Amino acid sequence: MDLPTLWFWIVAFLFVGYFVLDGFDFGVGMALPFLGKDDVDRRVMINTIGPVWDLNETWVIVAGASLFAAFPEWYATLFSGFYLALLLILVALILRGVSFEYRHQRPDSRWKSRFDLMIIVGSAVPALLWGVAFANIVQGVPLDSGHNYTGNLIDLLNPYALLGGLTTLLLFFTHGVLFIALKTDGDLRVRARRLAARAGLVTIIVAAAFLVWTAFIAAFSPMYLLLAGLAALALIASWILNARGTEGWSFGFGAATIALAVLALFTALFPDVMPASNDPANSLTIANASSTTYTLTVMSWTALIFLPLIVAYQAWTYWVFRKRVTREHITEAAH
Amino acid sequence: MNEWLDPLLLSRWQFGLTTIYHFLFVPITIGMAVTVAIFQTAWVRTDKVHYLQLTKFFGKLFLINFAMGVVTGIVQEFQFGMNWSEYSRFVGDVFGAPLALEGLLAFFLEATFIGLWIFGWNRLPRGVHLATIWVTAAGTVLSAYFIIAANAFMQNPVGYTMNAERGRAELTDIGALLTNKVALAAFPHTIAACFMVAAGLIITVAAWHLYRNQHLDTMRPALKFGLWMMVIAGLLTTFFGDQLSLAMVQTQPMKMAAAEATYNTVTGANASFSIFTLGTPDGVHELFSIRIPYLLSLLSTHTFNGTVEGINDLQAQYTQLYGPGDYTPIIWVTYWTFRWMIGLGLLHVVVAVVGLWITRKGREPKWPWLWKVAIWSFPLSLGAMIMGWTFTEMGRQPWIVFSLLKTQSAVSPNVSGLEVLISLVVFTLLYGALAVVEFGLIKRAAQKGPDDAPQPDPETGVVQPLTTVY
Ligand code: HDD
Ligand code: HEM
Ligand code: HEM
Repeated sequence: MDLPTLWFWIVAFLFVGYFVLDGFDFGVGMALPFLGKDDVDRRVMINTIGPVWDLNETWVIVAGASLFAAFPEWYATLFSGFYLALLLILVALILRGVSFEYRHQRPDSRWKSRFDLMIIVGSAVPALLWGVAFANIVQGVPLDSGHNYTGNLIDLLNPYALLGGLTTLLLFFTHGVLFIALKTDGDLRVRARRLAARAGLVTIIVAAAFLVWTAFIAAFSPMYLLLAGLAALALIASWILNARGTEGWSFGFGAATIALAVLALFTALFPDVMPASNDPANSLTIANASSTTYTLTVMSWTALIFLPLIVAYQAWTYWVFRKRVTREHITEAAH
Repeated sequence: MNEWLDPLLLSRWQFGLTTIYHFLFVPITIGMAVTVAIFQTAWVRTDKVHYLQLTKFFGKLFLINFAMGVVTGIVQEFQFGMNWSEYSRFVGDVFGAPLALEGLLAFFLEATFIGLWIFGWNRLPRGVHLATIWVTAAGTVLSAYFIIAANAFMQNPVGYTMNAERGRAELTDIGALLTNKVALAAFPHTIAACFMVAAGLIITVAAWHLYRNQHLDTMRPALKFGLWMMVIAGLLTTFFGDQLSLAMVQTQPMKMAAAEATYNTVTGANASFSIFTLGTPDGVHELFSIRIPYLLSLLSTHTFNGTVEGINDLQAQYTQLYGPGDYTPIIWVTYWTFRWMIGLGLLHVVVAVVGLWITRKGREPKWPWLWKVAIWSFPLSLGAMIMGWTFTEMGRQPWIVFSLLKTQSAVSPNVSGLEVLISLVVFTLLYGALAVVEFGLIKRAAQKGPDDAPQPDPETGVVQPLTTVY
């Protein structure tokens, strides 16, 4: 494998990390109105992701910076082309991030409910728009010969992309609810399992439709079919395991679903990185979008040394906070 | 086209606005992370409860601020591609590497260990918990290094070669990029300045409480700590600022000429530094000024009879080198931001030294209004910081990457003025609202003061801080 191709897969890995991890943060945020009966419930939910949401979000920063360093053309085309969509994502991430930190700073309920709303919106918007963005990348967008996107925001909201957005929205929602079931106890845990069962059914149907549609775009490449098939199986397994009450396994298969689906999308893209829908000659490919061998070599060594270390200390963090968060835990603690 | 919808102008406003905003929070994060780590270390080593109170108290201010640093940072990272796509294409091969290194080496570290620190009270052994705040602090300093190395490439491009065919700069030497002499001076200068801001915050908060005669047993040591930190950090900032001046004159003589508004090349005693000038608004004609002979020569060359090139000569020189064009930054901006940075900085050192003298051996100032002077520490040191960056970035204009790429050629060609206007308005409103909320929260927490000392456990006699939750 040459270095640009290696980096294509490293970028894929970083997005897998981002969607698997921040995916359940989005889900927990979106589930607030469904599962958070009172303030203590909502605090329990937020505290399940409290220690980790920031490190989860950092995956997208590193993914973005790696895109910049390894595929400057891709970074430039994508970010300038999807300008307004990214603006919305940024606003949402800002609102969500400060809300986690500020919600508990004051006891009054109007203050809190305002931040709850921002968490819900700030979670749902990126959950939807990341799907829209990725679906558009896979499907291809109009590019001129300088690789500049020539469409507008409305062009991005085509049926296939919207289906992609709905898929990620539902996947993340279910993923987050399963996380709550795994990380809480008592009544909330029971309700989360029930909600996951219902949401899971809708997710399976929508995700299946999206994967089938993508199969046409990927021209039924065997590799894509394999990964998409595995993703579908993992999703169904996750649903069944939830019904059986094995929360750890159910969440694990949910995570595997997201990972496999993202990999399937990158497979569908390969070896392009940004296909031009108007004229294949204008497409950005791994070859014409990448950095020089020298830069990629430097980056490869860094990634090789540090990615395992990063995964290790992040895993340790999850281990430190492995206990379920309970209502007592919240009421006894300092604010 | 409507000139208000010029994507270049609007993108510049947006970038300037959002970076300045990001940098209101970052220095506090960098300075306070280390400060909190020091307080916590003191607590772990001495078991004195007031250190724990200080750790928790300044830790809270630190966290309210931290969230803003993180969320505004993402905007910065995305904007290179969103608004400056031609720039990204041009420098990505070089500039992307330090940004990616920053993410891999620093941001992950910070973001992970800050979570462990916030929620790890009582869950981690005391020593391990202490280590988490130190790792967080190390991460913040490390991230500053990489971002400044990236910025230094824009001030003084090194370690690259031009690929004419692809029309881009390509990295040839990562070592040279990371040891850019501008970065080596700008990094310690900026970090020391961050400590001045943190010291300013501590002094402001402590003075406010002492003026009201409350929380004496925590705020007195805090004040002393803040004053010492201000003096030391202030001297370091000055020292490295001087080094930075040298590097700047060698790499961007135009910036120094613009900082001084010297139009003609001057030598020796004539290379004077004006402390204050009244002139026509464009700075071309001087009406009145106070000048210190030789100082400009000293700053620029470290000799008394050095020569400092003037704007007119440099303009002629650059026209020859780079073709016709205006190579002069906006003079009044560079002139005044440079002065305010230095002036406010030196003022802080003086005020801190006076403060240490007045409060020596636990004395109280005779005139309580002195506390009111001290309360200005924080906003003014932050102001010095912003002045410094505005000077650096505006003084580089018209270049975005000095001598290689002009700002006007760097903007995204396919993003319309309307789109940038929308984002600029959205950011302005959002950032404005958040500033109000954040300022309110910090003020509230600061005015409330430290919590009462936690009681030792009746059985073991050990003081156990409560676990934090959201
Ligand atoms: C509290 C803040 C503060 C204080 C007191 C000072 N500075 Fe500063 N200065 C900064 C904060 C700062 C900064 C915001 O951090 C900058 C912007 C870019 C950089 O590297 O540091 C800066 C930039 C900067 C530059 C521009 C470098 C360039 O563009 O290449 C010079 C020449 C100096 N400083 C010199 C000084 C001198 C001689 C000082 C004191 C006598 C001084 N600064 C005090
Ligand atoms: C945090 C401190 C910083 C502040 C306050 C700051 C401020 C500014 C300001 C005011 C401008 C506008 C200049 C103009 O348009 O005339 C600018 C431009 C720019 N800065 Fe910075 N900057 C900072 C650090 C950085 C760093 C670290 C980088 C890169 C890694 C950077 C990259 C840029 C770029 C690409 C521009 C070009 C856009 C433009 O000219 O408007 N800045 N900055
Ligand atoms: C325009 C250039 C800049 C970019 C692209 C940028 C990018 C970012 C990003 C993405 C984050 C969030 C990291 C996280 O999630 O933990 C961040 C935070 C941070 N940035 Fe910047 N930044 C810029 C300017 C600066 C400068 C000039 C400095 C230091 C001198 C700095 C130092 C920091 C630090 C210490 C943090 C972490 C602490 C905090 O979140 O407050 N940044 N920045």
